[in-house]
Amino acid sequence: MSDSSRFLCQRVKDIPPSGIRKFFDLVAGTPGVISLGVGEPDFVTPWHVREACNHSLSQGYTMYTSNKGLPELRNELRKFINKEYSLDYCPENQILITVGASEGVDLAVRAITNPGDEILVCEPSYVSYKPCVTLAGGTPVPIQTEEKYAFKLQPHQLRGAITPRTKAIIFCYPNNPTGGIMDKQDLEAITDIIIENDLLVISDEIYSKLTYGKLHVSIATLPGMKERTIVLNGFSKAQAMTGWRIGYAFGPEPLIGAMVKIHQYTMLCAPIMGQKAAIESLKNGKEHINQMYHEYDKRRRLVYNSFKDMGLDTFEPEGAFYIFPNITKTGLTSEEFAEKLLGEEQVAVVPGTAFGLGGEGHIRCSYASSVANLVEAMKRIERFVQKRINGDSI
Amino acid sequence: MRYKILEILEKNGRLDYKQIAAMLGLDENDVRNEILAMEEEGIILQYGALINWDKAGKNDLVTALIDVRVTPQRDVGFDELAAKIYKYPEVKSVFLMSGTYDFSVQTVGKSLKEVAEFVHKKLAIIEGVQSTTTHFVLKKYKVADVILEDDEKDRRQVIIP
Repeated sequence: MSDSSRFLCQRVKDIPPSGIRKFFDLVAGTPGVISLGVGEPDFVTPWHVREACNHSLSQGYTMYTSNKGLPELRNELRKFINKEYSLDYCPENQILITVGASEGVDLAVRAITNPGDEILVCEPSYVSYKPCVTLAGGTPVPIQTEEKYAFKLQPHQLRGAITPRTKAIIFCYPNNPTGGIMDKQDLEAITDIIIENDLLVISDEIYSKLTYGKLHVSIATLPGMKERTIVLNGFSKAQAMTGWRIGYAFGPEPLIGAMVKIHQYTMLCAPIMGQKAAIESLKNGKEHINQMYHEYDKRRRLVYNSFKDMGLDTFEPEGAFYIFPNITKTGLTSEEFAEKLLGEEQVAVVPGTAFGLGGEGHIRCSYASSVANLVEAMKRIERFVQKRINGDSI
Repeated sequence: MRYKILEILEKNGRLDYKQIAAMLGLDENDVRNEILAMEEEGIILQYGALINWDKAGKNDLVTALIDVRVTPQRDVGFDELAAKIYKYPEVKSVFLMSGTYDFSVQTVGKSLKEVAEFVHKKLAIIEGVQSTTTHFVLKKYKVADVILEDDEKDRRQVIIP
C-alpha cells in the first residue's frame, strides 16, 4: 500500500494528463531549437511598468488587497472597458480582479455549474476549459469549429450541440490556437439561439487587443447579452505581463458576486505587485502596447506569406499571435509533423491535437518571436515541408 | 509607405523585398521600387551591421566625444566649419548642438595619445575653433537603440499552450 495515488479522487484521476508534456520534455532536451511553441509574448514587460512595481515595493505595498482587487485598478478598468468596448460595469460589484484570466475561467465555471450541467466548449481552443468544467462537476461538450468557416462558431453547430441540460457556452475569440475572430455579424448570428435557449456565455477575450484589420467586438455589447455574459480578460497578452498573473472578469452582479465568493475563500486576492503594475500599464502603457501590436502584425503577415508560399493551406489569422497551418498535404499527423520537424530542423511547434477537436491536421506556430528567428524558422520548415510534398524530387 | 519600409530596414537590413512586402501587406515590386528610389535619393545611405567590437575581441579602440566651441562665419554660419571637421576620417559623427558649446564631435582612435594628437594637431587649430573639451568613453551600454550586454534574453519556457 505504498502507492500514495490511492488518495486521489476519481474526478482528478479521470482528467487525462497534458498532451504536450512529453513533447515539452523532448523540446527542452534538444539543443539549438527555435521555439514557435510559446503561448506568450516574446517582449518583456515594458520598463515603465516594471519600474512602477519596483516603486510600489519600495513604498511598502506588500499586503493583501480587497478580495475584488484594488479599487484604483477596478476604477481604471471601468474606464478602459468603457472606452475600448463601450461596456459599462460598476467597479464595486461587477468587476473582479483575478489571478490571470485562467482563474477567471475556473471561477466562472464553478459559479454556474450544477452536477451534470453541460457546458459547450468551442474547439480547437486553449487547454483549460474542458478540465475546469470537469473539475466543477459539469460535462464539457466540445463543438468543433472549422477552417472552412474561418474557425468561427456557426449557428447550425451551436444549435446542434444544445440539449435540455446545456447551461452555458465558453469560447475564446480572438482564438488561441487558430487566430480566428468573431466579428459583430458573426456574433449576431448566434445570439438569438443563445437567448432562446437561455444560455450563459463565458467569453474569454484575453486577446481582444490583438485583432488585425478589424476591431474586437465583445458579445456582451449585443442586445440582450450583457445580463447573460461573463467577460474574461487580462494583462498577459497585449500588455506582455504573463508572469504577473493579473486578469479580470466583468459581468452581471449576481454572477461576479458568486465568483468573488469562491475567489475570497480560495485565492483571497490577486498579488498586489501585479495589481500595481497593471494600474501603471492602464494609465501609461498605450504607446508601448501599440508598438508591440504593430510588431505582431508585421510578423503575422510574414509567417502567413511564408506558409502560403511553401504550399500549405493556411488560414490567415485575424487575431492573437498564432498561425494554424494545415499540414495534411505532408501526409503526416500533427504529432508526427511536430516530432519530425523538431528532430530534423530543430524547430518546435505545437501539434494541433493539443487543442482538442479539429486540431488534427494542423500545427500551431506562435509568431511572438523576433523577425530574425521567424525568418530562420520559416526557412527550416519550408525545407522540411518541401521534402514531404515533392517527395524524392528534392 | 516609405516610413514603414525604413522602420523595418533600420532594424533588420537583411530582409529581402519579398519579406518586407509581406510584412507590410504591399506589392513586392512597389517595395523594390521604393527602396531603389530611396537609395538613389540618398535616404538610405548604407546597409551595415551593428557590432559589439569589444565582444569581438577588438577592445583596443578609444572613443571620445569632443565638445567644440566655434565662431560661426559670415554667410556660411556653422556648415562650412562643420565640413572642415567632418572631412577628417578620424571623425565618426558631428552634431550641431544647442547649449554651451556648438559641435559634438565623435572620434575613434587606437589610443588616448592618438585621439589627443588628433585634437591638438588637427581639430583645435582649425580657424574658427575657439576651444575643445574632450571626454573619453569608458563603457558603452546602449548604442543605436540596442543594449549591448542585454541580460534580458528569452527566458520563456519552450512550449506553452
